[in-house]
Amino acid sequence: MSTQGTASDTSAVIPSSFRNRNRDLLLRVLVPFFVLAIMVLLWHIGVTVSGVPPYILPSPVAVANALVTDWHTLSPALWITTKITLLSLLLALIGGVGFAVFLVQSRWIEIAFYPIAVILQVTPIVAISPLILIYAPSTQVALLICAFLVAFFPILSNMVQGLKSVDHNLLNLFDLYGASRWQTLLYLKLPASLPYFMTGLRIGGGLALIAAVVAEFAAGSAGAGSGLAFRLLEAQYRMNIPRLFAALILLSLLGVAIFALTSFISWLSLHRWHESSLKREN
Amino acid sequence: MILAGTHAPKRSIDGRKRPLVAMDSVSKRFSSGTLALSDMSLVVEGGEFVSLLGPSGCGKSTALRIIAGLGDASSGKIDWPSSRINSRGLPEGDISFVFQEPTLMPWQTVFGNVHLPLKLRGVSQAAARPQIVEALATVGLKDFADAYPRELSGGMKMRVSIARALVTKPKLLLMDEPFAALDEITRQKLNDDVLRLWKETGITVIFVTHSVFESAYLSNRIVVMKARPGRVHADFPLRTSLERDAHYRTSEEYRQACEKVSTMLLEAIGSGEH
Repeated sequence: MSTQGTASDTSAVIPSSFRNRNRDLLLRVLVPFFVLAIMVLLWHIGVTVSGVPPYILPSPVAVANALVTDWHTLSPALWITTKITLLSLLLALIGGVGFAVFLVQSRWIEIAFYPIAVILQVTPIVAISPLILIYAPSTQVALLICAFLVAFFPILSNMVQGLKSVDHNLLNLFDLYGASRWQTLLYLKLPASLPYFMTGLRIGGGLALIAAVVAEFAAGSAGAGSGLAFRLLEAQYRMNIPRLFAALILLSLLGVAIFALTSFISWLSLHRWHESSLKREN
Repeated sequence: MILAGTHAPKRSIDGRKRPLVAMDSVSKRFSSGTLALSDMSLVVEGGEFVSLLGPSGCGKSTALRIIAGLGDASSGKIDWPSSRINSRGLPEGDISFVFQEPTLMPWQTVFGNVHLPLKLRGVSQAAARPQIVEALATVGLKDFADAYPRELSGGMKMRVSIARALVTKPKLLLMDEPFAALDEITRQKLNDDVLRLWKETGITVIFVTHSVFESAYLSNRIVVMKARPGRVHADFPLRTSLERDAHYRTSEEYRQACEKVSTMLLEAIGSGEH
């Protein structure tokens, strides 16, 4: 830090702390990227040296090639899977929060309905998916229902937990000022459970993608409306392993994108006040 | 300071002060069967500073909560002779409560926290701004309106809590061991602030504490309570000709007051155990 004079002191402090933070951020991106690059390089060298045939383990170059040449088949599938995942997550958010608010209205409502939600959750969706496939008007709707069922529960249980862990003194305070039920929900219970909601969102986002893939495996859909999971199976049947890898890479990229998005939303809404988003300064 | 400035005590026809609140043989039995409060009667006049003092379990906090309408009395009644009563039997807007913890909403700024009581009455942020700024100025936090609670020290959080209690301009301020968790220096500072508020606004204070020194410093009336079951042991005024400030803390008169309160408290603890 420069100490040329008192006037320039304050102006020198701010940019230098900015620089520090930027360098920190840059390193946090570069270091994992570098590690990943080395692993891909090792993969490439391993494949070249050992001479493994591409239908067992393709080199990263072959996978990149497949990604480019098969983009016209893979991109619509990626879009379908993205759509199903995000839509099911959205429905799960609305349903989970709505149902949680309903459950905490009275102890008896919770006693009556919570077990049903648990039963839905603990039953493996792969086991219900044949039924859902029969009842749903289309495969895509069936996939949507499966992904919804899986993402719904973590959001519900986190929200219920959040709505019930509101500071009792704050509840007393709201009572004291004659707050209505609606005001208490809107101004106290919902904001207080925001950290719990965000946990549910992050878990639900990951699970929605997994469920969308698993359900598509079970559904075995085909044709124009099929998602990445089907393309992955298809590539396996045809022994087109580079394309399988390409589909796999797209799936993990989608997973990373959803994780990044939900984490960002969580940070955006909590960083100003919640302990989980604070840097410890000792 | 004009906060809560309109409480010249109302007078009845015969010219006597009408009490602000009157507890009439109030008892409270918890669902566990414990008798927390037995047959407590207490009449508080407008402008008094009353300390409820006693060992833990003497029902002082319970009494305060019942006055505030947080939990009903098992028997007995509470009258508000000089207030308008709402459907829940409470003088709406006339009472405020300060808890032992600051009890702030961490997701709201200081401004938002102080706004809360007015927001619940449907007063918008823009309309409430002058009152909020005034309340924050009273506790010396005008420059911290945009801070979040986590950025404040324990003493500052407590001040926000007090500002929130004052923003509705209540007649009666109920304080439940508000400074018990603070260090001694911060506590003395806040005690002086509360005294200054009380003098400037004419607000009535009921202050629950377990500290002899705090109660002797602050109050002009002390109610000593004893435990098992919680009840009033002694109720006496505490007058002083001196200004209550740093000099008063070292004065002979304060020492005597502490001694008197201390004796009463020891009596209460002793007789409570039989």
